Amino acid sequence: MKKIKLSKEHKTYIMVIAIYIIVEILMAAGVLSSHIKGLLVPMVYYAIAAVGLNLCVGILGELSIGHAGFMCIGAFSSAIFSNLVKDILPGGIRFLLAFVVGIAFAALFGFLIGIPVLRLNGDYLAIVTLAFGEIIKNVINAVYLGFDGRGLHASFTSASAMGLDAGGTTILNGPMGINGTPRDANFTIAMLVLLITLFIVQNLIKSRDGRAIMSIRDNRIAAESIGIDITRFKILAFTISAAIAGAAGVLFGHNISSLQATSGNFGYNISILILVYVVLGGIGNIRGSVIAAGILYMLPEMLRGLNAYRMLIYSIVLIAMMLFNWAPGARKWRSRVFGRFVRKEAA
Amino acid sequence: MNFLTYLISGISLGSVYAIIALGYTMVYGIAKMLNFAHGDFIMVGCYAIFSIVSATSGSPAGMILGVVAATVICTLVGVTTERVAYRPLREAGSPLAVLITAIGVSYLLENLALLIFGSDPKSFTPVITWSGISIGALRIQGVTIVTIAVSLLVLICLTWFIGNTKSGQAMLAVAQDRGAATLMGINVNKTITMTFAIGSALAAIAGALQCSAYPTLTPYTGAMPGIKAFVAAVLGGIGSIPGAMIGGILLGIIEILGRSYISSQLADAIVFGVLIVVLLVRPTGILGKKIQEKV
Amino acid sequence: MKKKLVSAVMTVVMTAAVLAGCGSKSASSDTFKIGVIGPFTGGAAAYGNAVQWGAKIAVDEINANGGIGGVQIAFQAEDDELDNQKSVNAYNSLKDWGMQFLVGSTTSACSIAVSEESHNDNMFQITPSGSAADCVNYDNVFRVCFSDPAQGAASAEYIGSHGVASKIGIIYDSSDVYSSGITDTFVAEAANQGLEIVSQEAFTADSKTDFSVQIQKAMDGGAELVFLPIYYSEAALILQQANTMGFSPIFFGCDGMDGILGVENFDTSLAEGLMLLTPFSADAKDDLTQNFVKKFQEEHDIVPNQFAADAYDAVYAIKAAAEKADIKPDMSVSDISEAMKGAMVEISVDGLTSSGMKWDASGEPTKEPKAVVISGGVYTLAD
Repeated sequence: MKKIKLSKEHKTYIMVIAIYIIVEILMAAGVLSSHIKGLLVPMVYYAIAAVGLNLCVGILGELSIGHAGFMCIGAFSSAIFSNLVKDILPGGIRFLLAFVVGIAFAALFGFLIGIPVLRLNGDYLAIVTLAFGEIIKNVINAVYLGFDGRGLHASFTSASAMGLDAGGTTILNGPMGINGTPRDANFTIAMLVLLITLFIVQNLIKSRDGRAIMSIRDNRIAAESIGIDITRFKILAFTISAAIAGAAGVLFGHNISSLQATSGNFGYNISILILVYVVLGGIGNIRGSVIAAGILYMLPEMLRGLNAYRMLIYSIVLIAMMLFNWAPGARKWRSRVFGRFVRKEAA
Repeated sequence: MNFLTYLISGISLGSVYAIIALGYTMVYGIAKMLNFAHGDFIMVGCYAIFSIVSATSGSPAGMILGVVAATVICTLVGVTTERVAYRPLREAGSPLAVLITAIGVSYLLENLALLIFGSDPKSFTPVITWSGISIGALRIQGVTIVTIAVSLLVLICLTWFIGNTKSGQAMLAVAQDRGAATLMGINVNKTITMTFAIGSALAAIAGALQCSAYPTLTPYTGAMPGIKAFVAAVLGGIGSIPGAMIGGILLGIIEILGRSYISSQLADAIVFGVLIVVLLVRPTGILGKKIQEKV
Repeated sequence: MKKKLVSAVMTVVMTAAVLAGCGSKSASSDTFKIGVIGPFTGGAAAYGNAVQWGAKIAVDEINANGGIGGVQIAFQAEDDELDNQKSVNAYNSLKDWGMQFLVGSTTSACSIAVSEESHNDNMFQITPSGSAADCVNYDNVFRVCFSDPAQGAASAEYIGSHGVASKIGIIYDSSDVYSSGITDTFVAEAANQGLEIVSQEAFTADSKTDFSVQIQKAMDGGAELVFLPIYYSEAALILQQANTMGFSPIFFGCDGMDGILGVENFDTSLAEGLMLLTPFSADAKDDLTQNFVKKFQEEHDIVPNQFAADAYDAVYAIKAAAEKADIKPDMSVSDISEAMKGAMVEISVDGLTSSGMKWDASGEPTKEPKAVVISGGVYTLAD
């Protein structure tokens, strides 16, 4: 049999496409429950966000715990756009433009924040990204935005302070957020976005720029000494990473009709949740992020039968998974038990 | 006049952040790990005091017993967590893996408390009953004075302990360079366990003071103050013990003044905005040391 | 190569098994299935748990008394962690279980997100406590509690018409839909009532320990009454801090304030004179309330609040409407919903939160808020 050598990258694409086909077949066969069907899109947008964060954490080597903030920007800017044009533009082109808007805004903020912030290192960078995410959330909760015949109106106090005309509509209603966003996202589009994301990130890693970025991660001073423009590549990677999180946010905002900037949606704990996917999937391992995001998003949903003990069991499983994956003792034990198994199978 | 009132409120809030940040910075500066579960250790301490005070129907002896018991329980929880969940991963040499496990521990403690004590808020009986002092129309609450006094005491004790005892020196060495410390015959694991013991005991004391100042107790009581204390520790300079104290009090003052003079809706954004500005001007915090990077 | 093939096939099979494993469940046609959604973990767990426990008591009572039209009720509650997306996940999970009636979601934003789904499926939904105006946008959704705009307006009207106070301070949660919703309409109606708003200060979910600034501003403005359209857990802290600051205006709350006397270990003397507009008080002397409070305390050791009462009434409203429309458990979800829509506007329910509750087609209940004042550590009816 002729041996086909598949690269790591191709295997990732194949895996994603295979999962897509399996799910589509199962869906067509009608064996998927509504519960699972409802989980598909969120699962994919968290996978996209995890891939984006992995670019920042694993490839660039900078810890960010504010990626939910970029998701938030992507979700809100695109949802505002979609609400503005939902009576004018047809679904397909509107959603495409929504992606452009959401990604552009997230990238812009990633760029602006990246310039000053990437001078910082390690935990100081982490805390600034956390601070940024919290600021975004807090500000969106305080903004009111409306639209009428005279154009856009904004206010920081209340919806009535905007003084909208009689026919005007309130789009962003402070803490009440955005209601009535068209639900344009579906599993096919989400998977397509995931594939494009993977394509961009994996090609970036393999490119000259990617090697420059990784050299900064591995040894900043050495990289600088051979003439790599550190700031430029750091900002490049950070901006792309933010833009990808923004794309995940666009899917988030268009998968549910009612969008609020609450801690449960875009707080620091969500940034950390995405970081959990990255770390558990393997830092720098793009395929791992996709798999980990899928499994870990499903896990608490699959544990629903445990009722009150659900989140308790989830936390124990999380700790156990980390220990099993990383602890030297567990690794030894794993290679002893499973190593034998693998050898036998190979023989 | 009003400014002074707000300033005092800011100091009260800041003193609570400061005492939490002291415990945080111990663990953070020496073990070099972001212990996201630190805020939840505070919550554990509060529930311990709450249970004992309720069982002894609020007698002064019960309160002292409560604080002592909470300190012991928190120390045990801290050391156990370190031993079971953090140490194996530290040995694997991945700080991020430890961070994620800390999140897991945080979820675990919160959900355990939820199952044991229920989701309904409980009103905490303050362990400090002194009403405070008045200067003219200004009132400084007793709990604020006690919190600042305790923070200063802890600050002095910790500084002395680290500067003048063998274990303290060992902690400094571990913080500087773990590998070199091992070569010098320092038991790194033991030192870090001790750091956790001290940090967790401080969490119990911080819990007692926090819940005396703001007496509502839920399983999530510690989470947000924990994050704010982390911010305070970074603001002051990671690993710097006086820095944690200053960072905490500053954070409290900024939060209160921002809320009173700029916008009560945007108070959180102001706090975090100031943090970003400070870090841009002084990238290692107010009292942080500039570390020269070597090849 | 063989190994790789094996593992690839294994992965495919396992993915399929995991995804499909939780699929089709046979719907039995001899019970009614009522689902509940709310936050059972996380910061808002107290409210979600109250809803799930209140509904459970109603279900148990109905089952013990022969069920709905002789048919027993099956009951299932799902956690949404106060997250819209998870609330929809919970809804889908309940749908797979075979739910025919939804009592939920507990909170406004989640309820709005779920109503989008229930509208698509035409599933009958009654939210016990989703109070935002948008919660009942669709004709298949009803609610038990008052709407936020109604509460804000009613509060201002009560304060104005009873001459309770003329200078008002407001402390509200600007990150919360419920609280800011009431505040908006309160401020609008206060102008009509000739009330002067001397301070309007916010706090957020991320900084709700220190309220000294908000209290100080109300004090400086000379507020005679401080309006607190917030939940009781934060209100308990505000009352304590106002007390230490030596500020004692009239405090006035809405239905979220109910439960403050039930906070374990709370010094109820601080709440002396607190007024609230609420449809429910656990101290009411009627048999229905006393019986409910007794059962609730036996099972959960705490005093029920209005969330529990709303959920209890929601289940009884379902019972009344289902019996009126003569609904059978083997009917389709959509048929049930259609029949319920017709029946809901015809029934009248004597519940915990009001007697003679009626609904109109918009989904809003008609009931009168009761003004209650706390005196001597118990709720007493104000006039």
